[in-house]
Amino acid sequence: MSVISPGFTGRRRHDRDLPPGQYLTDGFPVLTYGPTPKVDLAEWNFGIVTETGATHGWGWEALQALPHETPHVDIHCVTKWSKLDTDWEGVSLDTLFENVETEAEYAKIYSYGGYTTNLPLEDLLDGKAWIAFGFDGEPLEAEHGGPARLLVPHLYFWKSAKWVRGIQLLTEDEPGFWEENGYHNYGDPWREQRYQGD
Amino acid sequence: MVRRLAWQVGTVASVREETATARTLVLDVPDWPGHLAGQHLDVRLTAPDGYSTERSYSIASATAEGRVEITVQVVADGEVSPYLAQVLSVGDPLELRGPVGGYFVWRPADTQPVQLIAGGSGIVPLMAMARTRAQVGSSVPFRLLYSVRSPAEAIYADELAKLGLEVTYAYTRRTPPDWPTPAGRVNAALLADVTFPADATPRTYVCGPTPFVETVADLLVDAGYDPAAIRTERFGPTGG
Repeated sequence: MSVISPGFTGRRRHDRDLPPGQYLTDGFPVLTYGPTPKVDLAEWNFGIVTETGATHGWGWEALQALPHETPHVDIHCVTKWSKLDTDWEGVSLDTLFENVETEAEYAKIYSYGGYTTNLPLEDLLDGKAWIAFGFDGEPLEAEHGGPARLLVPHLYFWKSAKWVRGIQLLTEDEPGFWEENGYHNYGDPWREQRYQGD
Repeated sequence: MVRRLAWQVGTVASVREETATARTLVLDVPDWPGHLAGQHLDVRLTAPDGYSTERSYSIASATAEGRVEITVQVVADGEVSPYLAQVLSVGDPLELRGPVGGYFVWRPADTQPVQLIAGGSGIVPLMAMARTRAQVGSSVPFRLLYSVRSPAEAIYADELAKLGLEVTYAYTRRTPPDWPTPAGRVNAALLADVTFPADATPRTYVCGPTPFVETVADLLVDAGYDPAAIRTERFGPTGG
């Protein structure tokens, strides 16, 4: 039902398909609902808590001791920008879940600063997600979620929680911050799941 | 069952030139349900060959059924903003949907003091809050600190002077004649001088370009403001 916009031609054509409604950017916009938390590496900790209460935790050095991967991915923000061919460094969630026994199907992500987001556990596994601490060959900057953020490139980027500190595994889904504030529960860019009801 | 936010076709009812590079579009949207101050809407443009792209714009007006205003600042080399700010004309259709967003909002039922801090076109959603306060006759204390490069780039300056809130301008490049202080960026001393003190527990809304918001939010946290009471909206470095 799109109406034609009289006089609009559009300029930023590109060779590769983008999800619907997205435009390309070379910059790296920052979208966060509050001040940027400053997290001290000496106090940094990342934990996975299962539905039975079993806890698996890593300090910064323990995380760094795990095998690193260097995902090369496209990222898509619900605010319409997409950034192609981004280079990250991090640890696969598959590595962190190696010794985690769970029957849970849902994950709620917790961040330093109070942010939360939710997604099905299967969207974190099988090579689909990382705890990322490097971007473009440099340590991840605080405004982009450093020292470490979740990276789930196949979903809108609000699911890739910045300043990540833990994952709670749940047998029932529980909405996170933006999911309670009008945004879609799942957030698939290719199905343009921006807002509740999309 | 959640109702999908449907795309609607609005019509440009009128335009107001705000500055040399910013324009307000007044849109008639027959099914517009009203909105909260601080929410945004999505715009979709489609070229004759089917190419289509979307952008989000903060809503500038206080709530009203059937009508909504956005103020568009031209982004150099932008794809969408030059079209909205320079090409789109009265009577033209514009596809949009909204309102969207439930966090960077001010509701008239909120009673704590409100500190607004804007950088450049970051004033737009804050203006919706100031207009809403005036619309409902609220006596909640509002202060605004508005950072702009020069007086000529201040959006809504005349109306802001009449809305009954305390407004302080910070000019980063050029000041008006006889301005008491040299041009410069917002810093800790200025924030301490003109904003509600931390112990007044204001709700603070900061909106502007990313470096501006990062700087201001960091200064507020360093000055002892509760991070959970600081709501931010950042934009740039690119966009349309």
